[in-house]
Amino acid sequence: MLILELYIFVLAGFVGFMVITRVPPLLHTPLMSATNAISGISLVGSLVAAGSQRSSVATILGFIAVVCATTNIVGGFLITDRMLKMFKRDDPKAKTATETKPASTESK
Amino acid sequence: MRENLTQLTYLAAAILFILGLRSLTRPDKARRGMQQAAVGMLFAICGTLINHEIVDYRWIAAGLVLGAVIGYPLGMWVPTTALPQRIAAALSFSALAAVLVGVSEYYNALHGVSPALDRAHMTAIGFEVLLGSLTVTGSLVAFGKLQEILPSRPLTFPGQNVANGLLFLIAFSLFVLVVLDPTRTYAFYGMIAIATLLGVLMVVPIGGADMPVVVALLNSYCGLAAAATGFALGNSILIICGALDGASGFLLSILMSKAMNRSFANVLFGAFGGGAPAAAVGAGGALPVRAISAEDAAIQLAYATRVIIVPGYGMAVAQAQHQVRELAELIEKRGGEVKYAIHPVAGRMPGHMNVLLAEANVPYDRLYDMDEINGEFPQTDVVLVIGANDVVNPAARDDPKSSIYGMPILDVDRAKTVIVLKRGMAAGFAGIENMLFHAPATSMLFGDAKASLSKLVSEVKAA
Repeated sequence: MLILELYIFVLAGFVGFMVITRVPPLLHTPLMSATNAISGISLVGSLVAAGSQRSSVATILGFIAVVCATTNIVGGFLITDRMLKMFKRDDPKAKTATETKPASTESK
Repeated sequence: MRENLTQLTYLAAAILFILGLRSLTRPDKARRGMQQAAVGMLFAICGTLINHEIVDYRWIAAGLVLGAVIGYPLGMWVPTTALPQRIAAALSFSALAAVLVGVSEYYNALHGVSPALDRAHMTAIGFEVLLGSLTVTGSLVAFGKLQEILPSRPLTFPGQNVANGLLFLIAFSLFVLVVLDPTRTYAFYGMIAIATLLGVLMVVPIGGADMPVVVALLNSYCGLAAAATGFALGNSILIICGALDGASGFLLSILMSKAMNRSFANVLFGAFGGGAPAAAVGAGGALPVRAISAEDAAIQLAYATRVIIVPGYGMAVAQAQHQVRELAELIEKRGGEVKYAIHPVAGRMPGHMNVLLAEANVPYDRLYDMDEINGEFPQTDVVLVIGANDVVNPAARDDPKSSIYGMPILDVDRAKTVIVLKRGMAAGFAGIENMLFHAPATSMLFGDAKASLSKLVSEVKAA
């Protein structure tokens, strides 16, 4: 089991490295807030700790962890979206498209 | 059956997260991609809520609601100028969640309410709380420095690195002790206490301008702590996200260090700007400086055909990005061409200047990276440097004796004329004299960046 987990870790790290190398410096701040929002995934661990009623200490610690992780998920995704909304091209044709429904016309 | 369903939602989440990160390579597709990643997060949460181990939903519901109530203002109301400290605060939240999960796992196992920990799991939990607690306090100190609750200059004391090294050794020995025998509670909690202290001590000596590296590095620790949580709980989505987060933070810190021509070790243990470079300062005192009035500067700008704007931390402090954009528009209206040159470490976090300018509605295709634009300076009529110093210091390129020698810079000094907006003649963060300010082609417009820019705007209008 452990060796399988190590495989997952190393391969995911590689994928992350490959993908993120190509993120332009322009979007480095949104990248940080995005990875921050994604790291809120520790919520899945916190939920089990808060809800499995094994001991009251675990429940309380789990509860605080749920609050912290949810804060990051909600705040992180919202602020990333807010930032990405601000990045606009100068092209007048694309401008109307990006302002109303970002990238929806081009992404197909 | 239920377990399989949970795993499927995790798989979906992992795919959407990776696609979301990939979308960040394209500014026009990024928003859609990250919205899909948010949906992936929702899948993972729902998939977890059906876990058979969860028997009581009251605390969970309360935690989710409270978290959302705190998270919403942190996402929607925080101004873009406060982004660096906002990210530092978020890092400490995520690390805290990891630590708390680790402690509760340990506590449960110790009190026999969940299976005893084997060596592999204890190691994972050990890493989790060690890296986690270090990140919690480290990020809090970074937050304090960026918010200017704490002094942003490096705070040092003699023997600092030795003390930190010793503390690290003690924390590591406690880690080994608790892995060998998980019942040694003193070692477990002692390790947390020391890691917490170490987090503070590691970030306190690091100055404001090195914050991009520190924030990126803390981001990477935070990811590793999350991955360790995944190993401890046997949860693959946590491992994947931790690895992604860790890789991203690690990559950003490498990029930032490179942009300053410094090694990790140098950033972490060097306490830059502390004292050593002071010798170089005195020499420049008597050098000539040409001050310019806003009127004259405005005339140069109004009749220039190629203008490059170089923003720095000073623009962020003065919150002058909207005035910058206004000025650029005026110059463009008069037939000039305006580009922005962004140094990778300008500001207090990776990409800081880009976000500020995007907020002020500057189209992102006008923002150029250092490598893209450096060749264009010789053909540029006027370069407007706004609150940047070390990133335009020619000594980094020409003077092997300078303490910032080797750091890649924007070749502003090769332009035909340079106008520098600056509050006074104080040396930059690195504490070294900037010969650009004394060059014959350079004139200085002293004052607050925002006020100076407003003056320039009205003068260009009148010209």
